[in-house]
Amino acid sequence: MSRAATDPTNRRLPGMSWPARIGWLALLAYSIYAASLLDITWARLLIGLEQGANFLARMFPPDFSRWKLLLHDLSESLEIAIIASAVGIILSMPIGLLAARNLMPDWVSWPARMLIAVCRSFHPVIVAILFVKAVGFGALAGVLALIVASVGFIGKLFAEAIEEISLKQVEAVRATGAPFLNVIIFGVMPQVLARFIGFSAYQLDSNLRNSTMVGIVGAGGIGGTLFAAFQRFDYDFVLAILLAIIALIMVSEAFSARLRATFQ
Amino acid sequence: MKPELSDGRDARGSGPDARSLVIRELTKEYVRGTRVLDGVSLTVEGRGLTAIIGPSGTGKSTLIRCINRLVEPTRGEILFMGQDIAHLRGRALRTARRRIGMVFQEYNLVERLSVIENLLCGRLGYVNPFAAWLRRFPAADIARAFDLLDAVGLGAFAKQRADALSGGQRQRVGIARALMQGPDLLLADEPTSSLDPRTSVEIMELMVDLAGKAGIPVIVNIHQVELARRFAARVVGMSGGKIVFDGPPGDLTDDHLKRIYGGEGWLAT
Amino acid sequence: MVGDQRTWERFTPRERMARFAVYLFVVAAVVVSIRTIEVIPEFFYDAPEQMADLLRRMWPPDAKFYPDTVHGALMETLHIATLGTVVTVFLALPVGVLAATNITRSAILNQFAKFILVSSRSVNTLVWALLFVAIFGPGALAGIAAIAFRSIGFVGKLFAEALEEAAPGPIEALTAAGAPPASVFTKGYWPQVQPAFWSIMLFRWDINVRESAVLGLVGAGGIGMVLDDAMNLFRWHQVATVLLAIFAVVVLAEIVVNHIRKRII
Repeated sequence: MSRAATDPTNRRLPGMSWPARIGWLALLAYSIYAASLLDITWARLLIGLEQGANFLARMFPPDFSRWKLLLHDLSESLEIAIIASAVGIILSMPIGLLAARNLMPDWVSWPARMLIAVCRSFHPVIVAILFVKAVGFGALAGVLALIVASVGFIGKLFAEAIEEISLKQVEAVRATGAPFLNVIIFGVMPQVLARFIGFSAYQLDSNLRNSTMVGIVGAGGIGGTLFAAFQRFDYDFVLAILLAIIALIMVSEAFSARLRATFQ
Repeated sequence: MKPELSDGRDARGSGPDARSLVIRELTKEYVRGTRVLDGVSLTVEGRGLTAIIGPSGTGKSTLIRCINRLVEPTRGEILFMGQDIAHLRGRALRTARRRIGMVFQEYNLVERLSVIENLLCGRLGYVNPFAAWLRRFPAADIARAFDLLDAVGLGAFAKQRADALSGGQRQRVGIARALMQGPDLLLADEPTSSLDPRTSVEIMELMVDLAGKAGIPVIVNIHQVELARRFAARVVGMSGGKIVFDGPPGDLTDDHLKRIYGGEGWLAT
Repeated sequence: MVGDQRTWERFTPRERMARFAVYLFVVAAVVVSIRTIEVIPEFFYDAPEQMADLLRRMWPPDAKFYPDTVHGALMETLHIATLGTVVTVFLALPVGVLAATNITRSAILNQFAKFILVSSRSVNTLVWALLFVAIFGPGALAGIAAIAFRSIGFVGKLFAEALEEAAPGPIEALTAAGAPPASVFTKGYWPQVQPAFWSIMLFRWDINVRESAVLGLVGAGGIGMVLDDAMNLFRWHQVATVLLAIFAVVVLAEIVVNHIRKRII
């Protein structure tokens, strides 16, 4: 038990470390610099707040008179999300497996990882625009865009999950002489299936959110109606649409939680 | 000569009620109908260590935690320094709590903070939140923190993170933190249950030593009867939510222990 | 033991029913969707060729376009992402604290905070951008606000979860010492959740860089506007340049985040 007394010259409370201090100052300096660069002044903010209040006033009460149109477009968004998720999930499993560096040789895993990286890097909206230019306006473009987004998301997380598994279990199954597919099913999948389902549920959610928005660029769903309403200054209809979207997503989150509970 | 604390008071309190704790008919029901504490009455005065012993689930921990209201009593009075603290709320409760120090079984230090900062957390009841966030503690508090750290033998560890310390060292920090409050009473909830036998003895010695110097009573909830016998000036035995023994350790016979803990096979004879 | 059936079943009958019900529901949903969705079959079969045609038109990318226009817009996009992330700290932190059931005991406040978080997440960044363009006018300010408001849901939810996972022991100790609630937070909760907080912020910044790139499509500043113009004018080589630039920035951002994460976590 050391009874060494503190050196009398050292009896000061350590403040924030220097790197931390510099970090905070840098952040502050950057914020001020960037704000001035982007021409953000207090005047604009105040005007904006007033406009915001006007805006909110025009949005209330929400206008549900065109509920048939609303429901039709919302259903289309839902359909886009469901199909894109189904296809995306089905595609992600093999692609994710191929991208796992601990299971596959480099010449297989590298192209798969590149594919996933490309799928991930572009915002679904950009992908949607490209598909619209290629296959025309409508839900098909939306579905294709969200399939790309799903593969990018689930594929990456799935590959990472596989790379974290214990290879001992895989070796054990391999040692029984099982063919490759069986090794995957009985050695790899039990360890990662729960997480795969989790990612899939998350992506279903994410696709639903995105599907409500790809319509803004013409890829089907309620986004188009929303954009049109904005352009016509129909703000009370805008609020109705937003509330419908929020409601849909809350329901889907509840469903997604149930789904995860059943399978895990 | 005791240094003054930042709140200007002399650490010794004043008046005949100073540091007296009177518990009257304290009852606690976690589930309606099942009494974990059944009309417990107890008075603790002066200096010295009071050890509460008894089997698991008999309400020892509940009793200790009712005193500083970590557990809400169902019925009863708790008079501390002449004031009933059983029903205090908000600021008044905080004011009462800072006069009572507590040492925990799992040490309960803030692991990512340094040892010295953990000690200063004992003064959080006296310093305004903004100053505490900016680490602007009064100089007297900082000096006392370093003094206390030396007194528990950890002077060299002041700037280290709390999670770099061993269990016994962490408990010392815990004791020092409790004493930083300048309390009139020190509570300890199974302070040695996570420590090895030798460290347990060291911790008990430290508590008796420092509390004695500060002139305050200590109430310890403990399950190692031998430690109770060795360090306590008074032993309180509980069974079934009631006090079944109250006296000096010398009076504690095997019969008493049987009554407290039940069973026979575990006794040495 | 005679008559004692010892079989192994992976799932109880009830679990099996539940799983079957879910399968059925999922399949039904997919089938209904495929049948109801309005997709012209010819477009579907034509799709691969159309995609190939588009890619052909975009190659090679217009290199000169980068320093002229793209670079400035790209920087603006990064500023929008970063400032938006900084602003969201001040908005998301209080909401996250309100949503954490171990800190805020009032169920009403919890639900209110959770509702704010869900709403923030449900409304897409692009839609937030539309909203703020209508309020602040076109430009980067709308973009920053959109990023900030969308991020509240993400950061707030994860932050609340981190708070709920904080060890209760130190909190108990500080409360027992008579610390006021604010101090219990800054000295008890905050040190515990600090690493999680920075991780969440880094994660969100990364996503925000991606999101900021498209906000320009609705007029909220950044490289999206350049992309929009190029596409409307059918300047596919410029479009290719912009897409490559976005890709590069996103990859760079991810590398930076991974580096920082390794150093502080």
